[in-house]
Amino acid sequence: MTGSEDVSLADAPTIVELSPEDVLRARGEAIANAGMGRKADHLLEVRGLSTHFSTPDGVVQAVGDVSFDVGYGETLGLVGESGCGKSVTALSIARLVPDPPGKIVAGSITFDGIDLLKLSVEDMRKLRGKEIGFIFQDPLTSLNPTLTIGYQIGEAIKEHMGLPDKAAKDRIVELLSKVGIPRAKDRLKDYPFQFSGGMRQRVMIAIALSCDPKLILADEPTTALDVTIQAQILELIQKLSTEFGTAVLLITHDLGIAAGMCDRVNVMYAGRIVETGSVDELFEAPRMPYAWGLLDSLPRIDDVRGDRLRTIEGLPPLLIDPPVACRFNPRCAYTRDICRTEEPELTVRDSPGHLARCWATEPGGWIA
Amino acid sequence: MATNQQVVGRVGVQQQPSSGVWRDAFGRLRKNRLALVGLFGILFLAFIGIFGPMITPWPYYAQDTAAVTANGFKPIPPFVDPSHILGTDQLGQDMLSRLLDGARISLTVAIVVQFVVIGIGVPIGAIAGWYSGSRIDNGLMRFTDVMYAFPDLLLIILFSVAFRETAFGQALNGLLLVFVAIGLVSWVTVARLVRGQFLSLKETEFVEAAQAIGVSDRNIIMKHLLPNGISPIIVAITLGIPAAILAEAALAYIGVGVQPPRASWGSLIAAGQPFIRSYPHLTYLPGILIAVALISFTFLGDGLRDALDPKLKGKQ
Amino acid sequence: MGRYILRRLLWLIPVIFAVTAITFVLMHAVPGGPWSNERAVSAGVQAKIDAKFRLDESIPEQYRDWVLAFAQGDFGPSFRYADRSVNAIVADGLPKSIWLGFLAFVVAVAFGIPLGIFAALGHNKAPDYISTGISVIGIATPSFVLAILLVVLFSVVLKWFPTGGWKGPDTWVLPVIALAGYQVAVIARYTRASMLEVTRKDYVRTAHSKGLQARAVVTRHMIRNALIPVVTILGPIFAFLVTGSFIIETFFGIPGVGRYYVQGIAGRDYGVIMAMTVIFALAVAVLNVVVDVLYAFIDPRIRYS
Repeated sequence: MTGSEDVSLADAPTIVELSPEDVLRARGEAIANAGMGRKADHLLEVRGLSTHFSTPDGVVQAVGDVSFDVGYGETLGLVGESGCGKSVTALSIARLVPDPPGKIVAGSITFDGIDLLKLSVEDMRKLRGKEIGFIFQDPLTSLNPTLTIGYQIGEAIKEHMGLPDKAAKDRIVELLSKVGIPRAKDRLKDYPFQFSGGMRQRVMIAIALSCDPKLILADEPTTALDVTIQAQILELIQKLSTEFGTAVLLITHDLGIAAGMCDRVNVMYAGRIVETGSVDELFEAPRMPYAWGLLDSLPRIDDVRGDRLRTIEGLPPLLIDPPVACRFNPRCAYTRDICRTEEPELTVRDSPGHLARCWATEPGGWIA
Repeated sequence: MATNQQVVGRVGVQQQPSSGVWRDAFGRLRKNRLALVGLFGILFLAFIGIFGPMITPWPYYAQDTAAVTANGFKPIPPFVDPSHILGTDQLGQDMLSRLLDGARISLTVAIVVQFVVIGIGVPIGAIAGWYSGSRIDNGLMRFTDVMYAFPDLLLIILFSVAFRETAFGQALNGLLLVFVAIGLVSWVTVARLVRGQFLSLKETEFVEAAQAIGVSDRNIIMKHLLPNGISPIIVAITLGIPAAILAEAALAYIGVGVQPPRASWGSLIAAGQPFIRSYPHLTYLPGILIAVALISFTFLGDGLRDALDPKLKGKQ
Repeated sequence: MGRYILRRLLWLIPVIFAVTAITFVLMHAVPGGPWSNERAVSAGVQAKIDAKFRLDESIPEQYRDWVLAFAQGDFGPSFRYADRSVNAIVADGLPKSIWLGFLAFVVAVAFGIPLGIFAALGHNKAPDYISTGISVIGIATPSFVLAILLVVLFSVVLKWFPTGGWKGPDTWVLPVIALAGYQVAVIARYTRASMLEVTRKDYVRTAHSKGLQARAVVTRHMIRNALIPVVTILGPIFAFLVTGSFIIETFFGIPGVGRYYVQGIAGRDYGVIMAMTVIFALAVAVLNVVVDVLYAFIDPRIRYS
């Protein structure tokens, strides 16, 4: 497995000289040479994932029957408001859902041809950190305050890569430089509280990338940061994922971020995926009232001053014992009887990759 | 592309019923089985402490010399003599009545000491916290440092013996003295806690808002800071009760606390100790009751702490 | 760091002064004197005795006398044990009391912390119930009750250990257990609560996301952070064990200083009372400083600020 690391670092002299596609191709060849080909069409195939939480008030169906794919090297956005289930989806993929009270009750998650849900706990542990990296939202609480950052970055390296100490340390220094921390060598022995918020998030990114994973799950990586720092961090994630050919599942509630970073976007609502498509398809021609509401709620530069901001009235539903119906229908302006009695499926709209879950916009529905 | 602006409130949107902080906490407390056990234990002790002495045939100080003489001046074991269900000691004093008196003493200590603690600790902590950083705060904190440096039992004993002969010390067979002595060493924790709460709450925005409107300092303390910061204080006070009961029992055990003929559980244990092999009931009975009291208050305190903690402690 | 320690230690001086002054006043507030309980002597003899021990001076003057003597390391004579100075009594008994308290502390920590950790790791399962059960017994049993039970069971019935005295490890076992029992429960409960709190922290989730082995997550990330608040209560516990041992000492007949304290108060033995108070107050204060320093070592955030 170390073969691919050597190839990607040595064969790609600098980012400037090679185009991203070249880097991807070189890495793909190295992987093939190392005897591990792309085992499936997509890096990550999620089918019918359902995750439930037992609470004193009942069973909360946080994620219900979610299916999507992430291609090798692709950046997929998972967009939705707070509580829609996007974070739980990411945690489910990494099997980090706290049990109790949470539990993955149905579905399959295929990662590079391996069904994650069927793996033993020990095998899953070996995969985590090595092939799947996680970037959490709040870098202040997500880093151990009593351990140096050099140590925390090196933990996964020591666990999964078996490098001798010197090589491990070199790799840590290099990771820190790559994420943009100046004078990396001097800062290995510093503690998290000695860094600013943006710097800490860079450390988190270094941790996530430490073993050169195939997939990064980024759960709102910039929500806790200043706007100016946000741009830097997002740029960094984009740059690194391209450089190493890493796929990214980017979770965010910010449509602007999704538009700028992602190749494809899934919109989630109340535990379901309600629309999916490429960035262009979704932002230019969304085909679901919730998506319309989301895009419409963004303030525009040509809005008239003094006008009220546009919102979607109402609140998301409680997910305890959800009724069989379209989950968005209480807040939708276009409902008809069928919306209240049957739940729509994800069906194709204009192009094969663009699906939406809405009776109204289906071919033959009442909205053209 | 129409917008959703035309949507008016629709039926079918499930909303969560809102409830207050106290109601939520109370709900959690009710589901905590250990806490309910503790509460039951406390109520049981309170019940027998208050009403028991009214229904037992013997007052706690009465010596049934006739019965004990008939028994050869030895204690009567429990379940032998129907007029002394739990037996007697070697003086003929009925164990049941004396145990109930002990319950009265322990529960009174538990409550009164906490009043002393609140009466001293809360004002000191509040003033120090409100004027934090000032000389008032520094002075008060230095004072608490001195009190904190005093080894607790030493001061309690010294205080108890010092005033034992005075009128104050004789009141209620020494009970008043015990209250004050234990309370004197126990208030420091609460004062520090209150001060800490004030320190952190002072900076919150709702206090800033109140000040901006011109609410007086006193009202801010009474109406905003105290109600919001009170949870850990409630917990500390409830968990301080077992310590007070223990201290009172220890004092009585070494003969410094509540004086005879009153029957603190501690003095009952001390009195029963020489007879431990032949008449163990003299020691076991008060021991069991002490255990019940300590366990009950501790469970309740734990339950309160879990219930008032907004982050549920990992329990379903 | 060094300055911080120095400042804390310097602060001890006025605190000790305040403690001793309060004790002195309380002592003399008790009506009667050291010999009130003994045979009454004629007024003339009494006056001579008073003058000899300078009991005829005013309270502030007596306090000054005491402080001066204390500054030279002299605690003065014992009124009750006419053949021994307080220094001798202290020198004889203090090491035994400290040793007893120390052993009890070690036992309390060695049992309490692991008990709490296992309870938290096996939350709501068997380890939790067992540990909570032991803790409940511990907090429900005052030290003297535990002492009685231990002696009855192990000394009288089983005859494994002697009932008292202080000669060799045999005699240490029961007193140490009786003294430590309550604290084991306190430490176990506190550790358990702290560990449960840490389990829910975000950085533990990050550690799991790196695919670390469970044992590494527990020891490197959880235990270290969970013990920080536990350390803060260890100082007062140690102080309590050393100063609160007199009930156990009396019960088991251990010739430490605790016994002398209670007798000294009852008998108005001023020298003994003052000496005990100073020593114990100093011990408590120094231990608190030690705890604070330890705290700074464990938590780098404190160290750097």
